[in-house]
Amino acid sequence: MIALLVRDLRLAVRAGGGFGLGLAFFLIVVVLVPFGVGPETGLLARIAPGILWLGALLACLLSLDRIFALDWEDGSLDLIATSPLPMEGVVSIKALAHWLTTGLPLVIATPLFGLLMSLPQAGYGPLVLSLLIGTPALSVIGTFGAALTVGLKRGGLLLSLLVLPLYVPTLIFGAETARRGAEGLDTATPMLMLAGISFGVTALLPFASAAVLRVNLR
Amino acid sequence: MTADRGAIRTASWDKPLNLNALWEYANPLKFMRTTERVLPFFTVTAFACLAVGLIWGFFFTPDDFRQGSTVKIMFIHVPTAMMAINIWAMMLVTSLVWLVRRHHVSALAARAAAPIGAMMTVIALFTGATWGQPMWGTWWAWDPRLTAFLILFLFYLGYMALWAAIENDDTAADLTSVLCLVGSVFAILSRYAVKFWNQGLHQDSTIMKVGEKDPLAADYYLPLVVCITGFVLYFVALVLIRTNTEIRARRMRALLARERQG
Repeated sequence: MIALLVRDLRLAVRAGGGFGLGLAFFLIVVVLVPFGVGPETGLLARIAPGILWLGALLACLLSLDRIFALDWEDGSLDLIATSPLPMEGVVSIKALAHWLTTGLPLVIATPLFGLLMSLPQAGYGPLVLSLLIGTPALSVIGTFGAALTVGLKRGGLLLSLLVLPLYVPTLIFGAETARRGAEGLDTATPMLMLAGISFGVTALLPFASAAVLRVNLR
Repeated sequence: MTADRGAIRTASWDKPLNLNALWEYANPLKFMRTTERVLPFFTVTAFACLAVGLIWGFFFTPDDFRQGSTVKIMFIHVPTAMMAINIWAMMLVTSLVWLVRRHHVSALAARAAAPIGAMMTVIALFTGATWGQPMWGTWWAWDPRLTAFLILFLFYLGYMALWAAIENDDTAADLTSVLCLVGSVFAILSRYAVKFWNQGLHQDSTIMKVGEKDPLAADYYLPLVVCITGFVLYFVALVLIRTNTEIRARRMRALLARERQG
């Protein structure tokens, strides 16, 4: 399992594409928003938590099709499938690798982007914490979508159509936590709900992902 | 015809509840024969119910003292909204049956139901908007019910897109079935998440409130029930037709493939 994780991380770093691309995309979204809505500080501060969450979500979405696509193309996915490692474990490790290469950098970079969006002082802690709790859920749900569409040519657009509705609860509770934090309100309730979603999908969804991956490799 | 009846009889005496006989319809031939026999009944009753319910509802019920005649949008809005949710539930059941017992008819029924469900969602949203414009003063509000319905529509779209994207029939049936299961969980989760996210403008459902306070007026109740029955039968008829069509299309594809092989 650890060998697979190390291999995936090494591939992500050396092959390029996945690692920096998500961050760059996130940066561009944050830069484009003021062009769209105007540079007014008050307005930006108000929409900052939502925009940052949405940006993180889209950056995450962008790299989803890479989770299985390369392994599928060169046949190593078949090799991994025939290894003694259960498919559920493979899928979980893939999600973890995706989170480490996409979610975690986003979480670390978010305070910087919060600065660009003139996020209120009180909002940084809850925003980073909510992303830290919520992005694993995004990776796990995304892995399910990637497993569904792995065998398809031009699966990218379909992947977004399938995954984005599944992201709704995570986004709602994540953005709500960040918004309440920025306005100085109590964040406990949405934070707990977000944590519940994260833990729930991490525990249960790999079974569904493994099932569809088995169907696709049949 | 006689062979058929015999088949039903052999299946029905081994169990008093006769549930086992249900699985016989997993045989496409049996399914098609039976549905072709009951289809006229469903179609005629559906259209009769819809005609009676809608005409009764639109022309022979009084206007609401506050909503005026816009209240009559209810006779389309409520049944389609109910159908939109229940069709997804039916797809969930048929998907489970496919995953557990591998009956092709079941998977095909789920596939046949999806576009109808999507249309019902659109009609419910559309009629809701035309009612909301004079009543709430807006076509659209980010109300939990409305938002949840929009999300449900997205789930229908994703489900149909996945069916369309995969060439192998069995693979497609497997993948869409799992998507339907996962989607159901997330649809329910989204429903409660949007409730938490924004307060509602939409009133609660009143149709099951007979005998409680604030019930639906008796004048509207009966035509509404007739309309709902009509929509349900209409849906059943459509699903049967679409499933039969899909079975025939598959059979034709198989024949063509065999012919090409020589």
